[in-house]
Amino acid sequence: MLEIKNLHVAVGGKEILKGLTLAISAGEVHAIMGPNGSGKSTLSYVLAGREGYEITGGAITYRGENLAELSPEKRSAKGIFLAMQYPVEIPGVTTLTFLKTALNAQRRARNEPELDALAVLKLVRSKAASLNVPEEMLKRALNFGFSGGEKKKLEILQMALFEPALAILDETDSGLDIDALKLVADGVNRLRSPERAMLVITHYQRLLNFIVPDRVHVMAGGRIVAKGGKELALELEAKGYGHWTKDAA
Amino acid sequence: MAAVSETKKTVAELGEKYKYGFVTDIEMERAPKGLNEDVVRFISAKKGEPDWMLQWRLGAYRRWREMTEPTWARVHYPKIDYEDAYYYAAPKTTAKPKGLDEVDPKLLETYKKLGIPLHEQKLLAGVAVDAVFDSVSVATTFKAKLEEAGVIFCPISEAIREHGDLVRKYLGSVVPVTDNFFATLNSAVFSDGTFVYVPKGVRCPMELSTYFRINASETGQFERTLIIADEGSYVSYLEGCTAPKRDEHQLHAAVVELIALEGAEIKYSTVQNWYPGDEEGKGGIYNFVTKRGDCRGARSKISWTQVETGSAITWKYPSCILRGEGSVGEFYSIAITNHFQQADTGTKMIHLGKNTRSRIISKGISAGKAQNTYRGLVSVHPKAANARNYTQCDSLLIGRECGAHTVPYIEARNKTARVEHEATTSKIAEDQLFYCTSRGIPQEEAVALIVNGFCREVLQQLPMEFAVEAQKLVGISLEGSVA
Repeated sequence: MLEIKNLHVAVGGKEILKGLTLAISAGEVHAIMGPNGSGKSTLSYVLAGREGYEITGGAITYRGENLAELSPEKRSAKGIFLAMQYPVEIPGVTTLTFLKTALNAQRRARNEPELDALAVLKLVRSKAASLNVPEEMLKRALNFGFSGGEKKKLEILQMALFEPALAILDETDSGLDIDALKLVADGVNRLRSPERAMLVITHYQRLLNFIVPDRVHVMAGGRIVAKGGKELALELEAKGYGHWTKDAA
Repeated sequence: MAAVSETKKTVAELGEKYKYGFVTDIEMERAPKGLNEDVVRFISAKKGEPDWMLQWRLGAYRRWREMTEPTWARVHYPKIDYEDAYYYAAPKTTAKPKGLDEVDPKLLETYKKLGIPLHEQKLLAGVAVDAVFDSVSVATTFKAKLEEAGVIFCPISEAIREHGDLVRKYLGSVVPVTDNFFATLNSAVFSDGTFVYVPKGVRCPMELSTYFRINASETGQFERTLIIADEGSYVSYLEGCTAPKRDEHQLHAAVVELIALEGAEIKYSTVQNWYPGDEEGKGGIYNFVTKRGDCRGARSKISWTQVETGSAITWKYPSCILRGEGSVGEFYSIAITNHFQQADTGTKMIHLGKNTRSRIISKGISAGKAQNTYRGLVSVHPKAANARNYTQCDSLLIGRECGAHTVPYIEARNKTARVEHEATTSKIAEDQLFYCTSRGIPQEEAVALIVNGFCREVLQQLPMEFAVEAQKLVGISLEGSVA
């Protein structure tokens, strides 16, 4: 589904990703682990198409298409979803309005009929109930005054609502207590399916106790420096990142 | 509601950025170009006015001759040649339509394009419309139903003829003939507008609404609106404005006077979408308007809500004179400027009576090379014990070349007064836009969404059916504001 070959990315003229190669097939959950500054978030932003993240070499192919040519909104309509590490506040826009606008924009881009307010409300309610997201959150302005846990829950709710083909979770576990973490992991696990690929980016092994990955990649210095099965995460936990980052520099 | 669904449809069918830019090809009758006493007499005669009205106009005209155009606002425009304009233009065939059947079908077609269903049968509920086309009021719907409730809702020209006593008593009692350059000009040459009288204790059974349209070229529009809410009554009134696309600038100098007697409440909403000029700043309406409400009776309330998205230049300060004890004044404003538009707008809250309260919520949005100024005065007079004011002015900037300015004046001459002022300036952040686009929302729609969120407190004040229209307008007027 996603093939990244020898990817080089610069931000503000500084090279952050230095020849990253990675392939994910439908039905798989991959984890990327790595220390701060290794380029994990840069990877997630470049996949979602954020401005200012310049591809200077290599290629990203998503379902046979060159991803670099697609705007962020087109990527979204084609099934890419990024759960952000720091979801953004938009004052005055209720969460429900935002969800309806986003959902219908994606549907419009795919030439599917838009859903009316009532249909959206029903759909959002049912997804919210299954994820234990309180309905009261939907009436509040988007992420405005939300706790860290609430923001992350809303990201998972959006993932459930948009049903992406490729979901990227950028440090969704950061700042969560264990209960919130379980809730988020539970939401992610429900969405695992043979048609869907997931890329879970995390700093800590802890999350992977709850979301068990098919493959684990270790990232350092803008490259993948090690890969393996889920046991690699445990090894990493035992030995620390130093073991791998020495070679990367 | 039919009115709303048609409006929505019209908005949805937008092909170009300013959808109201068409011209209706209709034969016009005009006064000779330029302004002199004969033109004033011509207008008065055309309207079949009594002599007192003519004398009132002439007095204003003579006064205006001695006045100079104000220059204190933060707006810049070439000098206006007042001799090079027509002061009266009317569709020839609709001199005095008695009913909708007699209205020129071309006019009805125009209003249909504007999304205003004039035919009463199409109006399933609640909105009575008075439509002013250039200088004459074309048709007033729902008249009969309003008459049953005792509400007078008619063109002001008709009111001058048929309700002379009321008009004479209140006209110019809030905005005096000598008030300011543009108001005085209006007093001399106003051609039509709307008159509303709500009798004692009556809650007006529907929203009242006027649509103003400038069609003829080189024509100024000088409408005059007078609304009187008698003791204990309530009325909600909405005006909408559009004009065709033209290269030259056109002047619109209106005067609106509101009078709320004891315990009465007037809610006045404006959706102003006059032609703003093109992307290079060519053409557009000069919107120089004087709007003032007088809370004359105790516990009366006047609430202004405005959504200003159009016009090349906007110069208006809907104000409240809080005379009655315990009276309340409110001003909710959204002013959007894009490209080369300039807006200098705000309000004056004049606290004269005891325990008077006022609230000002202003949202200014500036994009392109536009300049947006909030200018407001909160004045507490010595007798206004326990007066309260809360002011909140928020500015939102889109891009680097636009400007936002806040000019609040506060005069508190009573020690018990409490005046609060808050102001913020923000930008649409790149991370907000990215968050939206990454969830599938195209950039322009994302800007509209964020701006609507920014304006929410004000949009909520609009009658619900018009809030939808206003929200769309917010998006449309900001098209092309992000690269």
